[in-house]
Amino acid sequence: MNIAEYSGVWVFIEVKDGKIVPVSLELLGAGKRLAEKRGVELSGILVGYGVKPLANTAFEYGADAVYVYDDPIFKLYRTETYMRAIIECTNRHKPEIILYGATSTGKDLASAAATDLATGLTADTTILDIDADTGLLQASRPAFGGNIMATILCKKHRPQMATVRPKIMKAMNPIPGRKGEIIEEKISIREEDVRTKVLEIVKSATKQVRIDEADIIVAGGKGLGDAKGFGLIHDFAETIGATVGASRDAVEAGWIEHHHQVGQTGVTVTPKIYFAIGISGAIQHLVGMQNSGLIIAINKDPDAPIFNSCHYGIVGDAFEIVPMLIEQFKRVLTAEEVKNA
Amino acid sequence: MLHVVACIKQVPDTKVAKLNPKTNTIDRASAPAILNPYDTHAVEEAVRLKKRYGGTVTVLTMGPPPAVKAIRRCVEIGADEGYMISDRAFAGADTLATSYALTKALHKISQIRPIDLIICGKMTIDGDTGQVGPGIARRLDIPPLTSVNKVVEIDKEGGSAVVHRKLEDGYEVVKSTLPCLLTVEKEINEVPYSPMPNLIKAARYQPTIWAVSDLEDVDRTQLGLKGSPTIVGSVWAPPKPQGGEILQGPVNSQVDQLMDILLQKKELFAVKGGAS
Ligand SMILES: Cc1cc2nc3c(=O)[nH]c(=O)nc-3n(C[C@H](O)[C@H](O)[C@H](O)COP(=O)(O)OP(=O)(O)OC[C@H]3O[C@@H](n4cnc5c(N)ncnc54)[C@H](O)[C@@H]3O)c2cc1C
Ligand SMILES: Cc1cc2nc3c(=O)[nH]c(=O)nc-3n(C[C@H](O)[C@H](O)[C@H](O)COP(=O)(O)OP(=O)(O)OC[C@H]3O[C@@H](n4cnc5c(N)ncnc54)[C@H](O)[C@@H]3O)c2cc1C
Repeated sequence: MNIAEYSGVWVFIEVKDGKIVPVSLELLGAGKRLAEKRGVELSGILVGYGVKPLANTAFEYGADAVYVYDDPIFKLYRTETYMRAIIECTNRHKPEIILYGATSTGKDLASAAATDLATGLTADTTILDIDADTGLLQASRPAFGGNIMATILCKKHRPQMATVRPKIMKAMNPIPGRKGEIIEEKISIREEDVRTKVLEIVKSATKQVRIDEADIIVAGGKGLGDAKGFGLIHDFAETIGATVGASRDAVEAGWIEHHHQVGQTGVTVTPKIYFAIGISGAIQHLVGMQNSGLIIAINKDPDAPIFNSCHYGIVGDAFEIVPMLIEQFKRVLTAEEVKNA
Repeated sequence: MLHVVACIKQVPDTKVAKLNPKTNTIDRASAPAILNPYDTHAVEEAVRLKKRYGGTVTVLTMGPPPAVKAIRRCVEIGADEGYMISDRAFAGADTLATSYALTKALHKISQIRPIDLIICGKMTIDGDTGQVGPGIARRLDIPPLTSVNKVVEIDKEGGSAVVHRKLEDGYEVVKSTLPCLLTVEKEINEVPYSPMPNLIKAARYQPTIWAVSDLEDVDRTQLGLKGSPTIVGSVWAPPKPQGGEILQGPVNSQVDQLMDILLQKKELFAVKGGAS
């Protein structure tokens, strides 16, 4: 492999329900910074059906060019078909770097493509940098359940690939009307040759709360004692119009569903205010919430690690303090309502 | 009769593991070695499919000799046979080299008994990548189905499998040809206590152990460190977040102080029943 033949930074642009998913826009921002440092172009690779117009969004968010595979065969995501597009396009145009969002689709696609391309893939990256001279990508990621950070390098193979966690990188401010080059690609895959068929897509009946979209999160942990105790978290959240979050131990105890879990094996969140109540602050929890705007911890153990990671802490019993907060908020918020009326 | 192979890995229990501050590596002595939690569910699912359709459950691991213990745990859950590939040449493998070595072992197992289905965990709790399963599927050129949280049906005669793949906001029902490879979520099943006969069998169980020389058509340059495009450049402890301010004084006053801080962001709080 002549690695000198490979040039340019690519971002796989993931589309869901007709829109580019946020992490892809974040990666265009991260990719732009790498591309500028290295002095090369940033391109997107867009696969789907009826997706071509979305290339304009990619330009506004920093892409100089977008490779487009627009074909009915790509209507629904399947590893087999999408992977073929990535592999063909990579072999034809030889990018130095490809970034994917570490979503279930991005991880699935990148893992399969990396095997056929026989190249390295860094998983769940949280920090990206590049050596401007050699183009060596430095992709750092948490491993061992968040206990360590490791910088992964891929020196002799190209493209260098990484999946990157959502909500970590910053998207550029879009520049309305910014233009780029659309490169239309063709691929011939016959439906009868594809071995997987999506029979049905079932969306959760109750619109699932997306804790990663909340401005305020009230998160509870094992310290609430039991399901009934955890009710305090719901009460507080309801009073102030917040979304409920939880530690893994609270989820595993069955007090709340998994999609409320914050952390390494849950969701990464960056609300404006995060309350951690009866949560010890294990590293796996912290990685999921430490970029929140304002972190308030309530815990009865003064040595709980959460106090090293909060902006303000109260050492005390949640069952004493939270009801007082509820009381005060009720008073303030009702007063507000009367004033507004 | 189905032949299901579950790929499993022994991992340090990272929940209790401590970091050696000098080397920034996991202090092995602090962390008991366990069967990767996701893999317990992979094996359990294989055992359930065996109960439903009849057949054999085989487990396969690549690891150092003590990993025999993880295979014994799989026998407790109900696996019939265990294979382990163990050789210095495998050391230092990244996910690409890991999937290569496991694929060579799967070829050999399939000569003994053709494989209908392979089940992997969604990810491990040490390497944490989730990349090995899809890698194996690609090397065998069979469809990978990741994030599976339900197996609806395996139809060996018809040569098809139907599963649910978990999505961010629901799930999709996918039909695939057999053989295929699943990576499973924890929620796919609950692992019950193992019955006594399994425990007895497991205690004495000796898996078949293969070295590189026992496998066929192996390109040694694709194994271990040599066959790994990625390397771990450096390892460091995650930055310790800065400690904040612990509020002081009687509880009442602490709550008042907190309210003052919070109400600086008053616009964020929804007025209940109000216009927001
Ligand atoms: C691979 C891996 C992935 C993981 N992923 C995640 C993840 O995504 N998210 C996650 O959260 N965890 C995760 N964990 C688990 C994590 O290591 C911790 O075990 C977990 O976060 C602890 O949950 P907790 O803080 O609720 O419980 P505990 O650690 O038991 O803490 C309870 C706290 O409540 C306090 N308390 C008790 N009573 C009261 C009271 N009346 N008032 C106030 N405080 C009280 C206690 O002082 C204690 O600090 C993961 C672990 C591993 C190994
Ligand atoms: C700090 C650190 C960071 C790393 N980062 C990367 C990285 O970013 N990219 C990379 O390519 N490699 C990386 N590696 C190497 C990687 O951990 C190893 O290749 C490891 O052997 C397999 O990866 P995993 O543990 O992530 O498995 P996963 O891909 O998470 O495992 C998924 C499933 O595959 C099966 N499986 C995995 N390993 C085995 C096995 N040995 N035997 C049988 N079945 C198995 C199991 O069913 C498991 O549930 C890293 C290693 C370290 C120490």
